Amino acid sequence: MFKVIERLLGDKIATEKISLTGSERFRGKINGSCPENLREECAKVCPVGAFKVTADAQGYAVDYKKCLFCGKCVEKAMGNLQHSSDEALPVITEDAAEVTAEVIKQKLGRSLHVRHLDAGSCNACDFEMGAMSNPIYDLHRYGVHVDASPRHADLLMVTGVVTRNLEQALKMSYEAMPEPRLVMACGACAAGGETYGASYAIVGAADKVVPVDIYIPGCPPRPSAMIAGLLAAADMLAERM
Amino acid sequence: MADWSLKVVKPENFRGTANILSNGGNNPLTAMFGRDETENPEVKGYAIYAVFENLSEHKMEAVKAVFGEGESLCYESLTSVIPAAVWYEREIQDMFGIVPQGHPDPRPLVLHDTFPEGFYPLRKNVAKDVEVRGNRRMDMSVAKGEGVYEVPVGPIHAGIIEPGHFRFSQAGESMLQLDARLFYTHRGLEKIMEGKTPEEALPIVERICGACSIANTWSFCQAVEKIAGVKIPRRAEIIRTLLMEIERITNHVGDLGNIPAGVGFNPAISLGGRTKEMLMRLQERIAGNRFLRGVIVPGGVHQDIDSALINDIADIMDKVKTNVSDLSEMFAQQANFQNRVRTTGIVRKNTAVDLAMVGVGARASGFAHDSRKDFAYGLYPELDFELVTEKTGDVAARLALRIAELTESFGLVEQLCNLLKADKSNDPSNLTSQIDWSNVSGEDWGLSESARGSNFQFVALQDGKIDRIFVRSASYPNWPALTIAVQGDIIPDFPLINKSFELCYACIDR
Repeated sequence: MFKVIERLLGDKIATEKISLTGSERFRGKINGSCPENLREECAKVCPVGAFKVTADAQGYAVDYKKCLFCGKCVEKAMGNLQHSSDEALPVITEDAAEVTAEVIKQKLGRSLHVRHLDAGSCNACDFEMGAMSNPIYDLHRYGVHVDASPRHADLLMVTGVVTRNLEQALKMSYEAMPEPRLVMACGACAAGGETYGASYAIVGAADKVVPVDIYIPGCPPRPSAMIAGLLAAADMLAERM
Repeated sequence: MADWSLKVVKPENFRGTANILSNGGNNPLTAMFGRDETENPEVKGYAIYAVFENLSEHKMEAVKAVFGEGESLCYESLTSVIPAAVWYEREIQDMFGIVPQGHPDPRPLVLHDTFPEGFYPLRKNVAKDVEVRGNRRMDMSVAKGEGVYEVPVGPIHAGIIEPGHFRFSQAGESMLQLDARLFYTHRGLEKIMEGKTPEEALPIVERICGACSIANTWSFCQAVEKIAGVKIPRRAEIIRTLLMEIERITNHVGDLGNIPAGVGFNPAISLGGRTKEMLMRLQERIAGNRFLRGVIVPGGVHQDIDSALINDIADIMDKVKTNVSDLSEMFAQQANFQNRVRTTGIVRKNTAVDLAMVGVGARASGFAHDSRKDFAYGLYPELDFELVTEKTGDVAARLALRIAELTESFGLVEQLCNLLKADKSNDPSNLTSQIDWSNVSGEDWGLSESARGSNFQFVALQDGKIDRIFVRSASYPNWPALTIAVQGDIIPDFPLINKSFELCYACIDR
């Protein structure tokens, strides 16, 4: 008991402002332009087909929904490309952006209730989701709550590639949610679905099974990226960051 | 690490030979797996392997039964003599259609009810991305009797955890029996990796499981490096061992914050969560990824740990040490917490040995089973650390064991950091041995002790491409023990018992 009291009194506030910039080695968004002779090589080495060759000056486009941030293309580009330490930002579908604003302002006020569903993840995304609730990120301060049941949730946060064994669970969870409802595909597996490639046991990205409104890039996304996504969902990004 | 001794036998002699290798249960069954060698002209059939750890002689002993062309795919089940075989045999039946005759529980394990009967995905004549639908039977095992009722839980749980379905057979508050249906996140990774080079398979191996990225990758690299006959640079070996210990510390600290969540002990949850976050950020600084992905590669390591990072590691470890000792005091001083964790979820030593348990689960029950001591790999033979065990096998023992192991791991990190500082070969070209995969063929295994126990992998390469990879993570042998540990305890203790084992789903589901 004494130790508990000692720590309670002695510790300072642990909660921090969220930052979308990582440490020096952090592999975030890809910068730089790719010389013509290396473009094909870079695209070939990408394990998930996220690196696409384009005809413009930059020479490439990265689909961050699929990207594993493994650094293989950067390595192949011989110093022409670099990982910045900035996280890739959440992607919101166009019609969903309108839905979100309408949903948040009129229906939900400033609270967002989230249900997590692991549809076949490697558990890294799940651990990072859990970390959002620790005192450092303190998700509750934004009015975002993690619910125990999809029946209480406004937003379904899907992690992992949808497996055959969980396809039905995902469909049923979505159908159990009250309308209006949103779906967030969190991490490269749920958003891009190419992490492992095709298999007899994999259905694919979350949007193959349920309509997805928000995509969070990252393998796994850091807790700050997930919170940014949730705030975007709650249309409070500008106000609160 | 020494190679294994492999005996090839006829299917009818498989059980007898396995029984001899098991040495009356003293040599734990590491793994059992099947393999399709119908395209190999020398075999032309299916094979099953059983691998045992000879703990007194520190080596692996394996037996392989070959089912030749046209032979019936049946053998006498090992489970009645070697209980640890129970899940492996069911998995082999699901994946290859090789039938363990006399198996006490031959229900499907991996492929759930939307798959058809007679679909065996790991056979070579099945395409990787084939889509088959069916309606196979999958019954849950339940207890029956007056007043006994069932409580179904999952696959979607109330918290942020992985999916699994639990069926409790209850008599009032007491759990009479638990049947767990897992493999919900089965992605078919072993099949996906077939035909890929080790480098192409690496991103997938790193993503079998988030919590054990280093352990899985290290086991995989050991296996392919042994096949290629490559020795990796010493500095890379030091870095791999260091990363493994950091991963263990991160996971153990996470568990110290997670186990009290099973009883709602908030100050401990909060302190544990904050401490884990410090370690996750340290991991990001080391690897560029919060789960240490992208450092270990076949042949060595991809990134160096320079002196600035070594200082960072030392700083963070100091803070983590203080928090761990405070957490340990909090647990000890809180009588109602102790009341919940003591005598809850007991696994006896006999059970641990019979199920060939590994890691924290085994050692908390007094079964001294740690691959860092049993097999010489990495830098472990040179390092000074104790193998810690506890006797009582309850939640309190698994908690106390983690705290004691953390102390050992802090010592290991310090020793490894000193070795890194003393090692002057920090030229980037000394971090990886180049391997030309084009003509590499053969089969071998790798093993590393993750935070949960030993992660074993078997890899067979054919001309530099993976012909078969089998992944047995630490959670695989420990899951059946969980269903035994809960018997007789009350249902509100289940989350606590479950968290005290902290078993991965993704690792076993693959």
